[in-house]
Amino acid sequence: MKIRAQIGKVLNLDKCIGCHTCSVTCKNVWTSREGMEYAWFNNVETKPGIGYPKDWENQKRWNGGWVRTAGGSIRPKMGGKWRMLAKIFANPDLPEIDDYYEPFTFDYAHLQKAGESKAFPTARPRSLISGQRMEKIEWGPNWEEILGGEFAKRSEDYNFEGVQKEIYGQFENTFMMYLPRLCEHCLNPTCVAACPSGAIYKREEDGIVLIDQEACRGWRMCVSGCPYKKIYYNWKTGKSEKCIFCYPRIEAGQPTVCSETCVGRIRYLGVMLYDADRIEEAASAENVEDLYQAQLDIFLDPHDPAVIEQARKDGVPEAWLEAARRSPVWKMAMEWKVAFPLHPEYRTLPMVWYVPPLSPINAAASAGQISVNNNMPDVRSLRIPLKYLANLLTAGDEEPVALCLERMLAMRGYMRSKSIEGVHNEGIAEAVGLTGAQIEEMYKVMALADYEDRFVIPTGHREDAEDMFEERGSCGFSFGNGCSGGSNETNLFGAPPARKKLQTPSEVF
Amino acid sequence: MADFLHNLLFGIYPYIALAVLALGSIIRFDREPYSWRSGSSQLLRRKQLMVGSVLFHVGVLFIFVGHLVGLLTPIALFDALGISHGAKQLLAIVAGGIAGVAAIIGASLLIHRRFFDPRVRAASNFSDNAIILILWVQLALGLATIPLSAGHLDGHEMVKFMTWAQSIFTFRSGAASHIADVHIIFKLHLFLGLTIFLLFPFTRLVHMLSAPVRYLWRSGYQIVRSRRSLSHG
Repeated sequence: MKIRAQIGKVLNLDKCIGCHTCSVTCKNVWTSREGMEYAWFNNVETKPGIGYPKDWENQKRWNGGWVRTAGGSIRPKMGGKWRMLAKIFANPDLPEIDDYYEPFTFDYAHLQKAGESKAFPTARPRSLISGQRMEKIEWGPNWEEILGGEFAKRSEDYNFEGVQKEIYGQFENTFMMYLPRLCEHCLNPTCVAACPSGAIYKREEDGIVLIDQEACRGWRMCVSGCPYKKIYYNWKTGKSEKCIFCYPRIEAGQPTVCSETCVGRIRYLGVMLYDADRIEEAASAENVEDLYQAQLDIFLDPHDPAVIEQARKDGVPEAWLEAARRSPVWKMAMEWKVAFPLHPEYRTLPMVWYVPPLSPINAAASAGQISVNNNMPDVRSLRIPLKYLANLLTAGDEEPVALCLERMLAMRGYMRSKSIEGVHNEGIAEAVGLTGAQIEEMYKVMALADYEDRFVIPTGHREDAEDMFEERGSCGFSFGNGCSGGSNETNLFGAPPARKKLQTPSEVF
Repeated sequence: MADFLHNLLFGIYPYIALAVLALGSIIRFDREPYSWRSGSSQLLRRKQLMVGSVLFHVGVLFIFVGHLVGLLTPIALFDALGISHGAKQLLAIVAGGIAGVAAIIGASLLIHRRFFDPRVRAASNFSDNAIILILWVQLALGLATIPLSAGHLDGHEMVKFMTWAQSIFTFRSGAASHIADVHIIFKLHLFLGLTIFLLFPFTRLVHMLSAPVRYLWRSGYQIVRSRRSLSHG
């Protein structure tokens, strides 16, 4: 047993209002740079939909994640090492920028400079890559916002697998949910495995997956390897970039920017202990439906004295063990079983988990045919098909998702009974395998969601930190080589790089 | 004057070019690691790259290895193995010719894409544009030597180049004199080749030195870095 700790994350989709504050604050902090305009380390998709980049969940097309071979071992779906290198000159599994979207700006200046004319001047879009006019914007990070676009296209959504999806195109049966997505900081990341340069690595202390920008050579295999398409190739610098889990903030004990700014308070950060020696075993589970349980099995109970002792031996600091015992992620994933990994069938063992959303009782059920257990509606009559959620979160296994939704309904029923009728109805709790005390804690963490309950983050250790004295007088956190800006400003012949010449419409007329 | 120029270009210039290649690459690797990358533009435009890049890279790699082995293997070794100069010349013409045609088709596609695709054009800098044109010219010059070589299939001209290259690498004086009377196309091909060595550290060509062959024997798939091990030993 080799115990490592990771800062895990849970997003409570039941409370996500799709406001995109997470995406915007993340963008402003990390990716508002040339070459990364199209990249969203965090984006929020409306489901059902094909998402951003288009069709990212379709691994038949993109070959992301892992596959289990006949021999029972796993290898990247893109292929083994020779196959990977064979793709280096031209990678058939790489999305084109149009699969994300061509970044654009508007000719705002035209609104001020336009001469007198009969028609009202407009600010038309212009590509941020080529500087050319774009007649039509075709796609974006959030193109299907609140069921935008026709159902026929959105229903290409991979999660409709095994669902009679036609009826969900009808207005009265339609459903939707939000899915905020970021790097999963997997226990078994395919991006790391796919990187020929060995530039991507997982940090032992907190599990954050990072790309060494000085070692990245731009072979772009990671972009294809990641089944969540959360690695972005910076076309300006020729290096890949990804969500860094705001590690400078995490090290200081602060939540990530997306978590801090989430107005719905849906995001939770907490320490998870796991057995690093069993990662490969868990990721190689025979059936994809078993992967969720396999990942649960390698998480270690932070209250177990044997685990604590071994963790100390493996160098996990005391503050991290304390944080692990109070971890909201542990509570939701392990104690209450209400959080699930996103697409466990990719075999990456992701560490950003999701609480599935409740939804209104659908029309047919409310017309009197509803089945009711213990005053609670059957979760199979909820508007969002159970199979859809199961395809998203448990590789199609409906039972764990059903239990989770029942527990969330039970929490509502129990608290309603307590606050309105003044009755502690233990029966409701028992029916879903919990106790009243557990439900009250669930309510505190998931419904009230106080700051200190959502974020339990131990600070990094002084003795582990680099000696910052040597950094004095330097350029601080920047892209490029410290004070040298890399090759962005001038090329190596000393000439300025080709500047995009923006033409205003008035110059064209 | 012509002798002096010839000696300058083929006796002294090789050392300048190789010194810049070595030192320049080391300095860039040390000082500007952030700029050390392949510079792929596949994300911006897939069209033409899928075929062009594969043809170009496979062709050029084949030619590069062919030149390396062909020029620097001691002549005595070929003689000892019983490979006649004529046979070697024929092999060089046929194999090099096929690879050269593949490479120049690929390079043409890549040039068209780089100069006529608005996205790729906007994302290119001067050195990206210059180096692909230079490589195309070099490939064309190389292919242009084939009819000349076909005129002396006994391989005696080829031996001149081998002697020259091996003299350069073994620091013999008078290396340039071995190739004093070869055709101007050969001389241009040699000069441009040396110039590519000279420009190497200043262009995206440096990604060659990072060819990730080590990936093949990297143990396992996952990489974990620890700061703890640094501080706790």
